[in-house]
Amino acid sequence: MNALYTSTDHFVLIPAIMLALFGCAVLLFDFLVFPEPRQRKYLILFVALGEAFCGYGLWRQQSFLASQGVAEITAFNGSVTIDGFAIFFNWIFLVTAMIVSLISYRYLEIEGEHHGEYYGLIMLAQCGMFFLASGTDLITLFIGLELMALCFYVMVGFLRGEKQSNEAAMKYLLLGAFSSGFLVYGFSVLYGIAGSTKLRDVAAAVALREPSDPMVLLALATAAVGLLFKVSAVPFHMWAPDAYEGAPTTVTAFLAVGSKAASFAFLVRIFVGPFAAARELWMPLLTVVAVLSMTVGNLAAITQTNVKRLLAYSSISHAGYILLGLVAGNSTGMEGVAVYLLVYTFMNLGAFLVVVALRRKDLVGDNVDDFAGLMHRSPGYALLMLVFLLSLAGIPPTAGFIGKYFIFLSLIQTGHYVLAVIAVLYVAVAIYYYFRIVRCMFTEKEASIEAPASSFGVRVALALTGLATLVIGIYPEPFVRLAQTSVLR
Amino acid sequence: MNEHLLSIVLFTPLAGFAVLMFLPGAKKNLIRIWANIAGLAGFAVSLLLLARFDKNAAGFQMVEKVDWIPSLGVKYFLGIDGISLLLVMLTTLVGYLAILASWSSIQERVKEYYAMFLLQQVGMIGVFLSLDFFLFYVFWEVVLVPMYFIIGVWGGPRKLYAAIKFFLYTLAGSVLMLLGILTLYFQHFKQFGFYTFDISALMQLDMPLHLEQWVFWAFFLGFAIKVPMFPFHTWLPDAHVEAPTAGSVVLASVLLKMGTYGFIRFSLPLLPKAAIDPWIVQTLAALSIVGILYGALVSLMQQDWKKLVAYSSVSHLGFCTLGIFAMNPNGIAGSVIQQINHGISTGMLFLIVGIVYERRHTREIKEYGGLAHVMPMYSVVFAIAMLSSAGLPLLNGFVGEFTILQGAFEANRAWAACAVLGVIFGAAYLFWLYQRTMLGEVTNPKNLKLPDLNLREWAVFLPLIIWAFWIGVYPKPYFEILEKPVTQIVERVRPGYFAGQAAHNVAEVSVR
Repeated sequence: MNALYTSTDHFVLIPAIMLALFGCAVLLFDFLVFPEPRQRKYLILFVALGEAFCGYGLWRQQSFLASQGVAEITAFNGSVTIDGFAIFFNWIFLVTAMIVSLISYRYLEIEGEHHGEYYGLIMLAQCGMFFLASGTDLITLFIGLELMALCFYVMVGFLRGEKQSNEAAMKYLLLGAFSSGFLVYGFSVLYGIAGSTKLRDVAAAVALREPSDPMVLLALATAAVGLLFKVSAVPFHMWAPDAYEGAPTTVTAFLAVGSKAASFAFLVRIFVGPFAAARELWMPLLTVVAVLSMTVGNLAAITQTNVKRLLAYSSISHAGYILLGLVAGNSTGMEGVAVYLLVYTFMNLGAFLVVVALRRKDLVGDNVDDFAGLMHRSPGYALLMLVFLLSLAGIPPTAGFIGKYFIFLSLIQTGHYVLAVIAVLYVAVAIYYYFRIVRCMFTEKEASIEAPASSFGVRVALALTGLATLVIGIYPEPFVRLAQTSVLR
Repeated sequence: MNEHLLSIVLFTPLAGFAVLMFLPGAKKNLIRIWANIAGLAGFAVSLLLLARFDKNAAGFQMVEKVDWIPSLGVKYFLGIDGISLLLVMLTTLVGYLAILASWSSIQERVKEYYAMFLLQQVGMIGVFLSLDFFLFYVFWEVVLVPMYFIIGVWGGPRKLYAAIKFFLYTLAGSVLMLLGILTLYFQHFKQFGFYTFDISALMQLDMPLHLEQWVFWAFFLGFAIKVPMFPFHTWLPDAHVEAPTAGSVVLASVLLKMGTYGFIRFSLPLLPKAAIDPWIVQTLAALSIVGILYGALVSLMQQDWKKLVAYSSVSHLGFCTLGIFAMNPNGIAGSVIQQINHGISTGMLFLIVGIVYERRHTREIKEYGGLAHVMPMYSVVFAIAMLSSAGLPLLNGFVGEFTILQGAFEANRAWAACAVLGVIFGAAYLFWLYQRTMLGEVTNPKNLKLPDLNLREWAVFLPLIIWAFWIGVYPKPYFEILEKPVTQIVERVRPGYFAGQAAHNVAEVSVR
């Protein structure tokens, strides 16, 4: 029991170890094996290998849980826990990281910034995400968060020659550091309350106090600032549009999907863990934040002319919807959070993928006008983009509807009728700005005759995300079941 | 094959769509031929429904029920009764005629155009066949996207505005309807302990009146915007005027019926207490009557031929909703028949506008005059369509309007009195339109050389004309088909209605 590193610890940690190992290996291989810049795309094979090992570890853990009939495996004296929740989110991270690696090589070559460390950063960020989803200790979680965030600060500024990218990275770094400060302050207060950093002990200690206890309130308020910043909820969303626009599009996709899913996993761990007893305290808070996020996100998106900014605002509104699942707080709501993040992964990645695919030497492809006449140039991309946008808006039979379905149902079940009405009406607002892109693609004259010449990786990734968006929409059964196993109890 | 007839009817257009996607876009005629084959096949298989439909059987027929998403209690559940049978037949016929009518008017992006029509066909048929609320909602939303493109890509000058307006209006209504559906779904879980969207199971619900009322209004917004009832009609004239001819035809003939169908299929049987709540009934009847009169008056002063027909739809659909909320057999049966009639006659009117528009590229009424001299056949067809729309006896419109008025009279004499005014105004704007465009001397030299109907155009009109006369002269089979389902709905909403009626008759006889 007192051994420093038991076999259980090893079993639990295997996916993270693989990610860290291969992440570092990529850095080494970059200059040892592939000194030629043109060969760097083969680094993806290493990424794939690392992800395969990571996935194997996850699969072993998953089958262990299923065969033993236990809910969780804990390691390191309860600092890291593998449960359905952690496994579910880790699969999302794995898919995201793999797709982002696949689409990156051509894009970065065009940008002239194709370096091996990019793939290393992706895997290390994913390693941080692993701890965000499976950490059950304040310190572990915080380190996971910082590991992820530091990788992202670098990746957002990856286009060293571009002002915008640098500015975005700086902004993201400063605000991110600031919010981390808040978060860690909240954690220190929690430690003061409980005398322990284990989420379970903290939860027990918080439950002993009155909900109106000022210490709990302080811890909640400060921790919430940090957490809501990470999921880019209003009023802590200001960084998102700039960071999304400035970052290389592939990184934007990773940021919008991977970082958001990981931050939500973190947020759920904290709110359903230590703050579970203070529910009546944070529920009104999250309600206000969710409504504000949907309002600001949807209304600000209407006027955007840059697709990446538009998707940034739309992702703010999606954060609002996901928070509503937490506000409802019943099992449907928690399933909703999981299902929503799952479908969000595919549809949002898909939308960014199309933007990536449009990138050519002379065309950035991130303005709404760059989509003009896409239907004539390359109908495949236009139709896929249509599917992704419909799904983002939540129109059946696409995956996005299933995500929204759970959120709406959970609101109805818990009697939040007004919230439900607000949430559904913003669907109609959302369709307006998503269809500005659709209108451009289908009804306007071509912006250029040249069809986008995408890489093999982009085509594979597009096929995958498009298929997933449709399949989850038409036959959601297995995915719903998967999400049901992930509910934290 | 026999057990899956409904699925075959539903997915025939989808199969046509799938094949169409693989045809080369440059071969326009090949695409046109294939789209026509697919449309005709869709109509042909739906004829089998007629053969197999048993009008004496109560309840739903040819039912198909398979688990779709078991963990949510969602089923792939199709079934048909007299009401949906008629609407499906209307959909498959008008859907095909719309495809046929587009042969020469659409020259750009032909492949996408027909793809949208076939896809939309699947959605519309699905709406009329679904007996699972989730499935229904999916089809309901599926219809929106193709129509957005039909208006937005192939429409007139203000097509983009009209298309997005159509989309946003109907979407806003339908997402609120979704909340109503989810409320029923959850209430069913609370009362019976399991989740289902099956509407026959949801009918077992016993909810407090106030909850039923809330759900009713949620449904109302979804359906009323679709119908469209006054004051939610403002998207309709824009959408109709900008849509290409075939788009207008399908929009008017079938899409609007999804709303009225929703009232009959869902609002009344699922929420019987709210549906006879006097306040709700009176509000809806009042809105219907305002719609009838307002639509007719606005039609009277239109300069644009197509806009006139569009507003006449508002008026005619007012009759349909009035019939529904008269809440007696005559009203509801009349309403369904009038929905079919409106599909036939307004479909024809839109086609008629489309034909001159294709030849002259204007819809200003004052650009025309005396066309009867130039296009005699055309003017005869127009006369039939106009008379059928105006409700002349021996044509279909009369049967529907008369039955609805009978129902309305039974429910409330004042309603009938107001609605009759609508019939008069209706005759006024239609006859006046006919007079201004068809009769007199040819005033505009540009009209002197207009060609009359060609063979294909005749082929489009002929089935509709035959159907119009059939309903007008011998409506008995229609009433027979509708008798069972309408009786069921009335019995459900007003239990004891028929017993009371019988007692009333006996009393009358004994007094004599």
